[in-house]
Amino acid sequence: MRFRHLKFALGVVGVLAFAGAPAVHADEQFFPLQSYRVGPYAAGGTGFFGGFIDYLNLINIRDGGVNGVKLTWDEGETQYEVERGVEVYERLKNRLGVAAWNPLSVGIAYAMIDRITKDKVPLITVNHGRTDSTDGRVFPYVFPLLLNPYSETSGIVNYIASREGGVDRLKDKKIVVLYHGSPYGKETIPIYKLLADKYHFSVEQIEVPHPGNEQQSQWLSIRRAKPDYVVLRGWGVMNPVALKTAQKVGFPADHIIGNVWSNSEEDVIPAGDAAKGYIAITTQASGAEYPVLQEVIKTVYGAGKGNLDDKKRIGSVYHNLGIVNGILNVEAIRIAQAKFGERTLTGDEVRWGFEHLQLNPARVEALGAKGLFHSINVTWDNHEGDGRVTFQQWDGAKWKVVSDWIAPDRASLRPIIEKSAAAYAREHGITPRTSGDDPVSQ
Amino acid sequence: MFDYQFLIEVLVGGLLSGVMYSLVAIGFVVIYKTSGVLNFAQGAMLLFAALTFVSLVERGVALPLALLATLAIMVALGVAVERTVLRPLVNQPPITLFMATLGLSYVIEGAAQLLWGTQVHGLDIGISDVPLDIVGVFISRFDLFAAAVAGSLVALFALFFRTTRTGLSFRAVADDPFAALAVGLRLPRVWAIVWTVAGIVALVAGLLWGARLGVQFSLSLVVLKALPVLVLGGFDSIAGAIVGGLLIGAIEKLAEVYVGPLVGGGIEAWAGYVVALVFLLVRPSGLFGQKLVERV
Repeated sequence: MRFRHLKFALGVVGVLAFAGAPAVHADEQFFPLQSYRVGPYAAGGTGFFGGFIDYLNLINIRDGGVNGVKLTWDEGETQYEVERGVEVYERLKNRLGVAAWNPLSVGIAYAMIDRITKDKVPLITVNHGRTDSTDGRVFPYVFPLLLNPYSETSGIVNYIASREGGVDRLKDKKIVVLYHGSPYGKETIPIYKLLADKYHFSVEQIEVPHPGNEQQSQWLSIRRAKPDYVVLRGWGVMNPVALKTAQKVGFPADHIIGNVWSNSEEDVIPAGDAAKGYIAITTQASGAEYPVLQEVIKTVYGAGKGNLDDKKRIGSVYHNLGIVNGILNVEAIRIAQAKFGERTLTGDEVRWGFEHLQLNPARVEALGAKGLFHSINVTWDNHEGDGRVTFQQWDGAKWKVVSDWIAPDRASLRPIIEKSAAAYAREHGITPRTSGDDPVSQ
Repeated sequence: MFDYQFLIEVLVGGLLSGVMYSLVAIGFVVIYKTSGVLNFAQGAMLLFAALTFVSLVERGVALPLALLATLAIMVALGVAVERTVLRPLVNQPPITLFMATLGLSYVIEGAAQLLWGTQVHGLDIGISDVPLDIVGVFISRFDLFAAAVAGSLVALFALFFRTTRTGLSFRAVADDPFAALAVGLRLPRVWAIVWTVAGIVALVAGLLWGARLGVQFSLSLVVLKALPVLVLGGFDSIAGAIVGGLLIGAIEKLAEVYVGPLVGGGIEAWAGYVVALVFLLVRPSGLFGQKLVERV
């Protein structure tokens, strides 16, 4: 009798152990997601990760995966906190077939660079991250795809120049940069100075302490400075408060240009009427009229597998960023499969795919994303990929695109990036690669 | 030449911002005054109130009805906190009660997001924020409205504490809970009413701060603005919360505009705390706080 009980107990333990182990299939590519669906930045997190998962679902449902390799994912909640992000990394890093990490957090990304380099898995920091990680010679596994902070700065200055009638008309203009009091906010300080010297405009850079829920003194200083434009390099609650306080001091919203983390619906809706006319840079247009978004609605949401609880958010800025991020990840896998075979790839093989991620406008159109984003051209030493930017204006209800696709002046910024990357290489004992075929040093 | 007009503008802006800090600080004072508990969950209550109100309005509930419903929910929350958190911890050291409110703040924040979602909401309470131009000095209409609301709230509290039986029982409990108990006052009832009042203050502050920042998670962070106000004004004085708020608001703005550029800017967030710290060394009970005299 006792023996029967023992056998039963062992059987239960065995079943439980089997159930607790991660499912292992040969043809799966896994995305570990350090998402944030609660906490102060949950609105952005639910939009971005919702869009990313929606696209992965589209590929699985419509195409049966990437050439038959099913895409899988698992989420770990970080609340945007670095230590939780690292804990999720440690928990999920040993799962089979990890394709890439996409934390959408500067802090978590910084904390992961050494780890992912050691583990040989790509880290994607779309539109954010370390600017010098653009230099793939030194950062083989880090990809600040589409836009790094320096390119963003150049894109904004080029847009202001286009509004004024050319770069020579920038002479004697005055620009105030209102930046978030954090390493992220401060990253572009030298670049605005550099471009001010180059184009002979004056620049004043004013810090807003985190979280930015009080800006009266900063905007009074701006009113006294009488700038032609204010660049808003904000984050979270700082953005609507900036727009509201600008209205309080009588500064026109259409002369405030927001950066890429000040460009979402969450940044303008709380500001109400004060946000009408506000302009912001973006790498991906908002709206659900693009074929790929229509497919997501029909195929994924039609099957009841949509990730957003509120369908009205389909096509919002963060959701579309998630969709574009999904396209970039999936296409990198597809490109890598063409070289290594249609099977589960290693992280290093996916890195190769990202280093050959070249989507011209024709390919972007074929993917159903014409107008959603322009193109990307990643190479082994340029991990940003020469993305284009456009500008959108808030009309009180939705964003409307108000410019063509603009190319930042990357050639003049590249030497600064290389200098910073070289310093990082010296500090960390890294031997920079001299070609894409070089082995990666750690 | 020194720009006196600009100085006045910064000063007025600072004083009006200070009123907003006072609104949050009053919620702390009401609870501390009667129970000796520093309620760290006040920010979370403020978020919960604003989020509940705006979510009801967005679901088509009429404004007055949404306001009443939120008020009822805040009353229920206050009573529930007293029953489930404070009553079991009666006679525990103040640090235990403080830690309990710290935990409570996380529970309320989590519940608010679970119940109403994580989206950011706009809140329009019908007060235009187009500035008034008074002899070249821009003054925010919204801030003036907020100051009027805060002033009315303080006047109401003054009347309540001085003229009603419940208000007098609050004062009795605040002065000596054991003596109050001995003369027949029911402490749990008093505390339940106190938490209800704090909930109402949270609703008023939540609506005003929500209209200013948008209704989002960051609303709970406004408690950080109230802490130096409490140190300066005294933890148990409503008048202190008002004066402290005005002083901290003005000091922050003046420091940011006139000292900030000399040290790289961004000093507003901690300038108020520096003043509070210095004040703590000189007058630990704050400007209007009761001096603690203990028989040893």
